[in-house]
Amino acid sequence: MSDSPTRRLNMIEAINEALDVMMERDPDVVVMGEDVGYFGGVFRATAGLQKKYGKTRVFDTPISECGIIGVAVGMGAYGLRPVPEIQFADYIYPGLDQLVSEAARLRYRSAGEFIAPMTVRSPFGGGIFGGQTHSQSPEAMFTHVAGLKTVVPATPYDAKGLLIAAIEDNDPVIFFEPKRIYNGPFNGFYDRPVEPWAKHADSEVPEGYYAIPLGKARIVREGEAMTVLAYGTMVHVVTAVLAEKGVDAEIIDLRTLVPLDIAAVEKSVQKTGKCMIVHEATRTSGFGAELAALVQERCFYYLEAPIERVTGFDTPYPHSLEWAYFPGPVRIGEAVERLLKD
Amino acid sequence: MTAPGRANLPPLALHVPEPKYRPGDAVDYSDLVIPPAGAQPRPDETCVAAQTHPLCLDLVRVLDEEHRAVGPWDPRLDADTLRRMLRTMALTRAFDERMYRGQRQGKTSFYMKCTGEEATSIAPAMALADDDMVFPSYRQQGILIARGYPMVEMINQIYSNRADKLKGRQLPIMYSAREASFFSISGNLATQYPQAVGWAMASAIKGDTRIAAAWLGEGSSAEGDFHSAMTFATVYNAPVVFNLVNNQWAISSFSGFAGAERTTFAARAIGYGMAGLRVDSNDALAVYAATRWAANRARANAGPTLIEHFTYRAEGHSTSDDPGQYRSVQERSEWPLGDPVTRLQQHLIALGEWSLEAHAAMDLELVDEVKAATREAEKNGTLGHGLHHPFRTMFEDVFEELPWHLKEQSEQAIRERKIKWPEWTDDREAP
Repeated sequence: MSDSPTRRLNMIEAINEALDVMMERDPDVVVMGEDVGYFGGVFRATAGLQKKYGKTRVFDTPISECGIIGVAVGMGAYGLRPVPEIQFADYIYPGLDQLVSEAARLRYRSAGEFIAPMTVRSPFGGGIFGGQTHSQSPEAMFTHVAGLKTVVPATPYDAKGLLIAAIEDNDPVIFFEPKRIYNGPFNGFYDRPVEPWAKHADSEVPEGYYAIPLGKARIVREGEAMTVLAYGTMVHVVTAVLAEKGVDAEIIDLRTLVPLDIAAVEKSVQKTGKCMIVHEATRTSGFGAELAALVQERCFYYLEAPIERVTGFDTPYPHSLEWAYFPGPVRIGEAVERLLKD
Repeated sequence: MTAPGRANLPPLALHVPEPKYRPGDAVDYSDLVIPPAGAQPRPDETCVAAQTHPLCLDLVRVLDEEHRAVGPWDPRLDADTLRRMLRTMALTRAFDERMYRGQRQGKTSFYMKCTGEEATSIAPAMALADDDMVFPSYRQQGILIARGYPMVEMINQIYSNRADKLKGRQLPIMYSAREASFFSISGNLATQYPQAVGWAMASAIKGDTRIAAAWLGEGSSAEGDFHSAMTFATVYNAPVVFNLVNNQWAISSFSGFAGAERTTFAARAIGYGMAGLRVDSNDALAVYAATRWAANRARANAGPTLIEHFTYRAEGHSTSDDPGQYRSVQERSEWPLGDPVTRLQQHLIALGEWSLEAHAAMDLELVDEVKAATREAEKNGTLGHGLHHPFRTMFEDVFEELPWHLKEQSEQAIRERKIKWPEWTDDREAP
């Protein structure tokens, strides 16, 4: 993808670098959000950018997600390419009308006269003792909306390349950053120490520009025993659990939920005949339901066992019982046993 | 229900606003405070916002009872400009009449007139530069007409016909006209307010000289978007003009349900530290002057302005409601600020620059102009009678490129079409 020299970066550094690269290349890229300016963001994703590009291209905003997204729609109509940050995905709801009714449909309703080429970055997911207002995974709400693209990176390499592609994309993109893996590929064994990204192969990030096309999944591991569909933090969790169990699974990191790489999904499930879908979000009407429907529509005659869905429970994200909610090794392990029973 | 130990306290009472007049009621507006024209001071355009705040509780007026333009807000327009303003307002009214009838004749599904409020869009359009970006609500057709946007294109959109530039995707009157610097109208109210601020911020980021202007009704000023926009505009001193059209009614809900029982809408500017003006907006000269003031202020980097246009919605909300069901019909005839077209006409007559005969002749001419545009547009079809946009366009523009799932769904849609009309081959000729 890129011949540039690589360094080992964590996910935050990779995201910061993607923003830096795009601000350097395109004077129309602006970054805004709560605390993103002088301070550099509560997770440091925008550190140093205001100093480098000035206050009119990187700035703090009022605490008003409706205003942030609405303003980004207007900036897009002017010709800018805004990259607003919503500090936590849990805070995105006041901006939902501007995303769902405005940004997502602007190209359609104006027959292409106006577009909303914005990338909404937002840390999402739990596992950091964030309680119910700093832990949610609301991706399915956005995949349900015609006109929005939804991206979830799982590695520093992907985070940089996908964010660059998202910013270059002329449609609105929701870019959910799994905050549990900002600093290391958390594998779900919360009672063990987390490895830093430096020890993971996908922390090798090239310098400068490279883009990973939206809509292309990544085969994390090839295998024969079953197909696993996952994204974000759960890619690392499910990889660790299956390795521990010694299962020769084919693990697919979807990377982009809409547009989905359906060809990669079909090809794998038709090969393995078994499918397990894993996400951290609540179960009912989660993106796993869509995936399960697609797999049975397209691969029914190849399936040797019912599709397994491993998800969070249908409760708000609890604070003290976080790990009881999280679809960790035990829940995944049970599903694997069921799939491999026959 | 009384908690123990609180028996001596009065029971709490919920106040639910009620308009003064309902169907059949006699209307008396004598309690409405209408200051004399010309009496309001006109601060410097770059003044501190607070200097405008008394005007938020006043009413900027230019045309007096003798139809003269008086006072510091008189924009001193020449007679040609005044006649052009009058003609544009009359044309908009004629257009509305024709389109309303078209809806009743089944040529389209829906229409919204701006009768009585023509000045709130036409005077600002004339006071702004043609390339200032406007973010309208649904009752600002006057802007397009003032900017010379072809009426045929407007009617194509209203008819959702084959020539509709929006490909039949939008409810009638939800225009989009980039070449007229007119942003795509949304049916979700007030969303255009923060968008206008974003556009204005972008213009300032780029060191441009163009400003933005936005419109909404007093009813939708209750939306969070309004307040987000006001906050962002003041925080970043954005070059934007906010028009809040207080036409007294939001469908059947009177302005009290948006807060009018407590203070004026312009007064909201005070809390934000923004410049604010409350304008007699059936007085086209006052509207023009206020807009020019606010536009000059924005262009001088002196910040945003909130303008409350105090006016009256003379007809129903849309073709879908009958105002006789919820308000007194006398309200319109008794409205103490008159009609904007008549007032400007009387002013021109008082100046010796116009006559009732000339006006009557102009009206006939405008009816013909609208009729000709309507005929032209009808060649491209009407909503009820075929000639819609090519079928396949339904799936275009959801994204820049067609993803696999929409490609599959478009193939299914074409299959369904062929099952229903086996003879159908080319979607351009679709029944």
